[in-house]
Amino acid sequence: MSWIAGVGMTPYGKLPGRNTLDLMSEAATLALHDAQLERKDIDGLICGYSTTFPHLMLSTSFVEHYGLRPSYAHSIQVGGATGFAMVMLAHYLVESGAARNVLVVAGENRLTGQSRDDAVKTLAQVGHPVYEVPLGATIPAYYALVASRYMHEHALGGPDLAELAVLMRRHASAHPGAQFREPISVQDVMASKSIAAPLKLLDCCPVSDGGAAFVVTRDATNAFRVRIIGVGQAHTHQHVSAAASLTQFGAKASVERARDTAGIELADVRYAAIYDSFTITLTILLEEIGLAPRGQAGAHARAGYFNRDGVLPLNTHGGLLSYGHCGCGGAMAHLVETHQQMTGRAGTRQVKDASLALLHGDGGVLSSHVSLVLEAK
Amino acid sequence: MNQNARLPDWTGGTQKLVFQRCSSCHATWYFRRSFCPQCGVSPVVDAEASGKGRVHALTLVTRAPTEELRAFAPYLIVLVDADEGFRLMAHGEPALAIDERVRCTFTMLAGKLIPYFEKDQA
Repeated sequence: MSWIAGVGMTPYGKLPGRNTLDLMSEAATLALHDAQLERKDIDGLICGYSTTFPHLMLSTSFVEHYGLRPSYAHSIQVGGATGFAMVMLAHYLVESGAARNVLVVAGENRLTGQSRDDAVKTLAQVGHPVYEVPLGATIPAYYALVASRYMHEHALGGPDLAELAVLMRRHASAHPGAQFREPISVQDVMASKSIAAPLKLLDCCPVSDGGAAFVVTRDATNAFRVRIIGVGQAHTHQHVSAAASLTQFGAKASVERARDTAGIELADVRYAAIYDSFTITLTILLEEIGLAPRGQAGAHARAGYFNRDGVLPLNTHGGLLSYGHCGCGGAMAHLVETHQQMTGRAGTRQVKDASLALLHGDGGVLSSHVSLVLEAK
Repeated sequence: MNQNARLPDWTGGTQKLVFQRCSSCHATWYFRRSFCPQCGVSPVVDAEASGKGRVHALTLVTRAPTEELRAFAPYLIVLVDADEGFRLMAHGEPALAIDERVRCTFTMLAGKLIPYFEKDQA
């Protein structure tokens, strides 16, 4: 058993003058304070990676910079799934007795630390260097291929995907830390410029600066009681050309493993935090996991199903699409928000019941999947 | 007999589409390696594809990743299911539609040879 004793997060967006280690430090300090722990209490450290600080030893760099002396530390990377994979590892470390208080931290000045072209080019490298990247493919293009097939199979159009962008923006408008807070309509999404058809600019998450951190502990350290009760992963391919299907990925298998370890049913879930790098990402994941029927994620969003006061509140901070995406920290914001909801600290965004939450992240092109089940006692 | 003989293909500048086949379980795949990803058997056999297939997915890319490629945008990227049973990424003529029958030709993109699919008129 393990607890998420504290969380910390910066606003996401344009944060000039702060580098990777600055943003990680800022988030770590917030999380330690939240957990009522000090640097000396941390005996485990898990980091991810940063495209603006591609160091071979990010965790050790952070140990030195922040002033930690952990008995266990390293970095891991599985793209967008890294944030939840770090939590899963921290959970195992605590359960095994290898560490007592594990700091999980990420940060990156992805927006202001490099040019827009550099960001697009670096991210496109998740494609195959011989068979895909030379074709001028980009991350939006890989996901747009998935979207084209999805829309074809379900006879849906861009407006159906756009509903998810509208929902995320509506949620972000209530969070002071979100990168984009101006409400948008389906018409706005459809009128935004095409990036890789059928995906428009507003179907894509932004590039952001930001940092997030958690402390995963063996013992409760404060009044919060958020437990990690289920974890799961699934990895099926790296490249979209090699995916067995463009509508079935590893999400279902990953969530089923997490549900099995937690001993819960999907119907027990009261709050959902699902990776949303693009509107198609969120659509595919919601439907494959079973949180919406096939072809109906957009219709559910339109009907208010995923609203704060809906049947299943989803990404109430605005997700990657509107809170922002700073790399490893991107999905970590989903967990920070989930923790705020589970501890009754979400203010005007507070949902009625977040007692059992399902979180799911993916990396690559729906390649790497990690799921978590959290329970508030 | 040298079963490891690598057939030249477009990735090295030759106007050919090459895939691989397992001599044991008969799986077919595209990304070159020295063993079968299904059953692990090696060596595997290189084979030239007919270039015929069907469009599985497509996207018209407006936002190119580099300055060099910007001159070519917008361009259509397709995933094609080849008749031999493997899937590949390529460029295609802008009017292509999902499920359409296509055949492979080749074109130059920023100084590099790439596969380019056209509607199969046959």
